Amino acid sequence: MKMLRYVALLAAALAAGAAQAQDKSDGVVKIGVLSDMSSLYADLAGQGSVAAARMAVEDFKPAEKGLKVEIVSADHQNKPDVGSNIVRQWIDVDKVDVIVDVPTSSVALAVNEVVREKNSVFLVSGAAASDLTGPKCSPNTVHWTYDTWALANGTGKALVKTGGDSWFFITADYAFGHALERDTAAVVEANGGKVLSKVRVPLNTSDFSSYLLQAQQSKAKIIGLANAGGDTINSIKQAAEFGIVAGGQNLAGLLVFITDVHALGLQTAQGLIMTEAFYWDQNDASRAFAKRFAPLYKGNMPTMVQAGVYSAVTHYLKAVAALKDDSDGKAVVAKMKEMPTDDPLFGKGTIRADGRKIHDMYLFEVKKPSESKGPWDYYKLRATIPAAEAFRPLKDGNCPLVSG
Amino acid sequence: MISIFGIPSQALFGQLLIGLINGSFYALLSLGLAVIFGMLNIINFTHGAQYMMGAFVAYLVLQYLGLNYWVALLIAPILVGLTGVIIERLFLKRLYQLDHLYGLLLTFGLALIIQGVFRNYYGSSGLPYQVPELLRGGQNLGFMFLPNYRAWVIFFSLVVCLGTWFVIERTRLGAYLRAATENPTLVRAFGINVPRMITLTYGFGVGLAAIAGVMAAPIYNVSPLMGEDIIIVVFAVVVIGGMGSIMGAIVTGFALGLIEGLTKVFFPEASNTVIFVIMAIVLLIRPAGLFGRAT
Repeated sequence: MKMLRYVALLAAALAAGAAQAQDKSDGVVKIGVLSDMSSLYADLAGQGSVAAARMAVEDFKPAEKGLKVEIVSADHQNKPDVGSNIVRQWIDVDKVDVIVDVPTSSVALAVNEVVREKNSVFLVSGAAASDLTGPKCSPNTVHWTYDTWALANGTGKALVKTGGDSWFFITADYAFGHALERDTAAVVEANGGKVLSKVRVPLNTSDFSSYLLQAQQSKAKIIGLANAGGDTINSIKQAAEFGIVAGGQNLAGLLVFITDVHALGLQTAQGLIMTEAFYWDQNDASRAFAKRFAPLYKGNMPTMVQAGVYSAVTHYLKAVAALKDDSDGKAVVAKMKEMPTDDPLFGKGTIRADGRKIHDMYLFEVKKPSESKGPWDYYKLRATIPAAEAFRPLKDGNCPLVSG
Repeated sequence: MISIFGIPSQALFGQLLIGLINGSFYALLSLGLAVIFGMLNIINFTHGAQYMMGAFVAYLVLQYLGLNYWVALLIAPILVGLTGVIIERLFLKRLYQLDHLYGLLLTFGLALIIQGVFRNYYGSSGLPYQVPELLRGGQNLGFMFLPNYRAWVIFFSLVVCLGTWFVIERTRLGAYLRAATENPTLVRAFGINVPRMITLTYGFGVGLAAIAGVMAAPIYNVSPLMGEDIIIVVFAVVVIGGMGSIMGAIVTGFALGLIEGLTKVFFPEASNTVIFVIMAIVLLIRPAGLFGRAT
């Protein structure tokens, strides 16, 4: 008898759960910004991404279009299990309709699966792994700002073409570093360069001098830094100390954000070449955005990740407004792919079948201290990589959505 | 060229030297921990945060007061040491009678608070700090390029380490200190202000962490999290050396820097775990540590 009661209770609970899952279109569009709020990526995404999402909602003027939009945010602590638990809770209990940002590739890959299973929407800005539009591509996911392939292609190709044809990699020993090293090595070799050697370094290493010494002895023309955040800052700082650049070798920061340059100072960072999707001082629209953004986030200028959040949320809201329904994640993403993108920060663009957002990328060089007019005046444009060449060709990604 | 295990001997010399430089930081930090544990019986988990504060003082006095590296090297240990004195007066002195665990939890909590406050104001990506003018550039030693600053790091930390060892083990002041730890009541009977001596000792240990922080500022990323990464390694060093042993902390600091340096050549993926492997082995064979006295 008791057993029976339990079964009944369970059945009731399940039924309630199912009812809840179906009732997602509740009149409110709820945006969940999931980011690193407290650790190494907190400056380049974090609360700044939340601020960017808020600005996107503000500029969209949802009330005029009959929409009600709310924003929630959480810290995934760079842990895939924490991230996927938050997303489950958000979708099931809090009725969040779209997950945005998610730096750290391992967390983004985990969230990607949860969102697919729950038929929600995932707009990636912070994470880099090109697998998100490759083997792991999903009808519920759009990869907005950049990826490892685009970084490798931009920086790698430019350097090989200007004579940097022998490479030594200092690689962060986890999924992201391996992906970045793999994609860059492929670009280097495809353009006639060669990879002399590489060293895999544990994440969060404070002293790189040992690896820099190995790089020095390899006599490679380019030392490729397939790492991010504090690891990149430490390796660049110490490379300057060990006279790497003075000795005729060049550094290639494969993923460098403007906040990293700010942390290094121009004295140390000058001459560094990197690929980015956005720079605040590019045009009037980006400057206007930066001017509004800075007071919301400790006076910082927006990074490409934060700008990407703004751009992605804007396009998402347009699609939802057009559909007048946010309950079917797949349908919303399909609508997003159908509509051309257009916003003040990334200009006109498209979203490909594999979920890859297509736009121009830019090759920047860090200014010398004498060229800079003040804080955050850091980049000069070396080249614009046209949208058609900036990202991995659709056929090379092995995305199941494309082949069939 | 002669090669050892497939690595040219010249390259190996370079790596050993670099290991020694990293060892200097381990030695300086574990020395502070050993002094504090030896004299106060407190496991000072705030040490990493105090190391970070040292680096931040260097940055802040340069940014706002225009004071250079050398002044910072003097001011930072005093300022951070003073915060240590306040912490000791307010909290730690109430814990001496209690189990080690209380001190550990308190200092751990304080470390989290301090790091959180700095992160809130200065973000997580870090702040720029340049190598001082006088020590820019480097020497070509034939087998490697040695930046002048790194040579300074080895020299200065050796001076500080040996100086501390000398004061504690070989002077009258040190004798008072050691006596006060053994039998405070008796030492007090001789007219010595034991609580004040203990307070100053904690301030001194904290000051050592701040010195290490200032020395790290030009070469490592100055960020609120910089202490969090290194402190775990330093605790392993202290455990291997034997808790509370001054010479043990210094010798194991440098030795483990060397071993870590070699690992970076032969098997870089393991370079952040090798110290813990050694710790496990040492604990199995000599539970009191290499230089510790079994009690």
